[in-house]
Amino acid sequence: MRRLLILAFSLLALPVQAALEVFATGPEWAALAKEIGGERVNAWPATHGLQDVHRIEARPSLIARARRADLVIATGAELEVGWLPVVLRESGNAAIQPGKAGYFEAAAHVRMLDAPKALDRIHGDVHAAGNPHFVTDARVYLKIGEALASRLAALDAAHAAAYQAGYRAFAERWRVALSRWEAEARPLRGVPVVVQHDAFVYLEDWLGLRRVATLEPKPGVEPGAAYLQEVLARLAAQPARMVLRPAYQHDASSRWIAERAKLPIVTLPLTVGGTAEAKDLYRLFDDTIARLLAALKN
Amino acid sequence: MRRIALSAVAAALALPAAASNEAELKALREEVAQMKQTYESRIESLERRLVAAETSKEKSQSPQDGGARTTAAASGFNPEVSLILQGQYRRMKEVPERSITGYWPAGGHGHGGDERGFTLDNSELVVSANVNPHFRGLLNVALKDGEAAVEEAYFQTLGLGRGFTLKGGRFLSGIGYINEQHPHAWDFADAPLMSKALFGEHYAQDGLQLKWVAPTDLFLAFGAEIGRGAGFPGTDRNKNSAGASALFAHVGGDVGRSHAWRAGLSWLTTRAREREAHFEDTDAAGPNEVEGLFTGRSRTVVADFVWKWAPDGNPKQRNLKLQTELFRRTENGDLACGSDVATSPCLGGVDLGRLRSAQTGGYAQAVWQFMPRWRVGYRYDWLNAGSKRYDPAVVFAALDPANAYFARYRPQRHSIMADWSQDEFSRLRLQFARDKSMQGVTDNQVTLQYIMSLGAHGAHKF
Repeated sequence: MRRLLILAFSLLALPVQAALEVFATGPEWAALAKEIGGERVNAWPATHGLQDVHRIEARPSLIARARRADLVIATGAELEVGWLPVVLRESGNAAIQPGKAGYFEAAAHVRMLDAPKALDRIHGDVHAAGNPHFVTDARVYLKIGEALASRLAALDAAHAAAYQAGYRAFAERWRVALSRWEAEARPLRGVPVVVQHDAFVYLEDWLGLRRVATLEPKPGVEPGAAYLQEVLARLAAQPARMVLRPAYQHDASSRWIAERAKLPIVTLPLTVGGTAEAKDLYRLFDDTIARLLAALKN
Repeated sequence: MRRIALSAVAAALALPAAASNEAELKALREEVAQMKQTYESRIESLERRLVAAETSKEKSQSPQDGGARTTAAASGFNPEVSLILQGQYRRMKEVPERSITGYWPAGGHGHGGDERGFTLDNSELVVSANVNPHFRGLLNVALKDGEAAVEEAYFQTLGLGRGFTLKGGRFLSGIGYINEQHPHAWDFADAPLMSKALFGEHYAQDGLQLKWVAPTDLFLAFGAEIGRGAGFPGTDRNKNSAGASALFAHVGGDVGRSHAWRAGLSWLTTRAREREAHFEDTDAAGPNEVEGLFTGRSRTVVADFVWKWAPDGNPKQRNLKLQTELFRRTENGDLACGSDVATSPCLGGVDLGRLRSAQTGGYAQAVWQFMPRWRVGYRYDWLNAGSKRYDPAVVFAALDPANAYFARYRPQRHSIMADWSQDEFSRLRLQFARDKSMQGVTDNQVTLQYIMSLGAHGAHKF
């Protein structure tokens, strides 16, 4: 009997010593948490690289995961607005509610681009805080990582130093990688591109790509034939070198324009797992730049 | 660190000290004590500075950090407001008093559905916000000519923790699957026959709901509700204790990347006192419309199952949703009838003995999005006559046996629909239904419907 009691108590005590349970809305945040926390975090990505994080259903499995999470890492800027609020509320987990230490929003640590001047849905699915696809700029991971390390340290104070050390090691490697990527991507500076969805605003800003057209007439609105014709006419006057499309999106409009304007389509991973090559954060940007350079050569 | 430094200093000093005289030793001791003191005070001040730096860093990286960039105007605290506009054009048979044959008519409010031609449905106004870090509040008002019905008005806890959530006020009961959905979230223009027969359309509680999510990989949630119990199949009994209680359990999960499911079992118990329905009596001078009155207990069990398919977890291009619910309702009580007509056998209220019934039914539907924006769906509704036990000699002495309630009939309905959604904010729908919910009537219905959402539109549940 006593032995049973001891066993029961030790089982109850287990979760206290176990790794931090991290619920990441995207694979990039799970990867970043792993880079910083290593074995001390058990990071679970709620979505995978071929999913549109804006269109996810508040599935029972997500609620079950959120229930046990110590920390939720979200992109923010309304990207997950269609499902995350429901998942958090339904989970009954007080620690991960917005405003608590267990809720981390990456957007709070990023200089946002394209914040709309007017909030009217006549302009499509606009986000009040700005374009939420900032993860295409590799530079943002430094600031977000630094803030995330502090948050992990606050949640798991006993290992605070380990998280800070984890971040410093990551930042050092990331800075080396950044200068390599920027050097490799120099030929992309000023290259005119067409984008299917405004998902590459930050990538354009980082690598100096020049966007000449967007295939969606308004954010989140699929183009009609008339609009595509208009874009095609514009491209005749202002030629582009390639069409960029996010890996998770249907490629119908990209194919249509690429065929007629004789442009290569570049399918880019927006996150880890978006392409077969983008296996981790480093290879995500290795692959992104490799794909852009390959299209430039053709 | 501090100890190592001090002992190193002491050791270094100790070596020459061994060789010197007492006076020198004393001086050295004093010197060491002084050094120790200064080191200690310096270390202390360093420690203080470190603590201060850490706390200020924590402060600057608190979750509120992100909020600093939004304007601090008072209007920033405005709650989320959304407005849903709905209307229909409906073509169907003219039937004076629609009811479902064999089922006690639910006096509960419906969202129209009986009017023909162009009609304006309820406009739903939803206001919600976090009250403070502990509570969230929501109000859903259905507006229609001269009436504003409070569909939901509740608070919900955010910080109870350990998987618990408490809801209080008026809320749609968590029993079954479709019961918690507002009409704009339905996949068809009208509610399943089952919902109409069981609750009039929805079962709302004025009371409390406690829900618990288990800390397991498999989604497991349990809920308990107590409420006033004024809604059909119960009646308002104006008493101090709870008039209705419900229990429900849900289980769900994923199968691979493309499939997700949820199943549930729910139980509702309530009581009715003199619950009214229209009957015809056996007056020899010609039938009169009289009140049939039921007093007794009503229990409902609902099983629900939902399966969703979306290739690779992306519902935007194509997706399929299968949904079914089954119920069994048992009622046990007394039947009576009442009338003011002098020749009626029900004059002044007559007891007709015991009435016991057990009825089952359900619906099954499939909605398929075959390309972006376009969906088609099929729904089959059925209700079984079930069993009713009463003393025919007593009952039919007062009530006409031809009353629809006593008929042995199996109401059915087939519905097909197609809808088009420009985005998640607008939807247009065309629906055909072959409604055989009334014995002897085959009603072919055509519905053209619009649903428009304005403002902040909250996320929908699974």
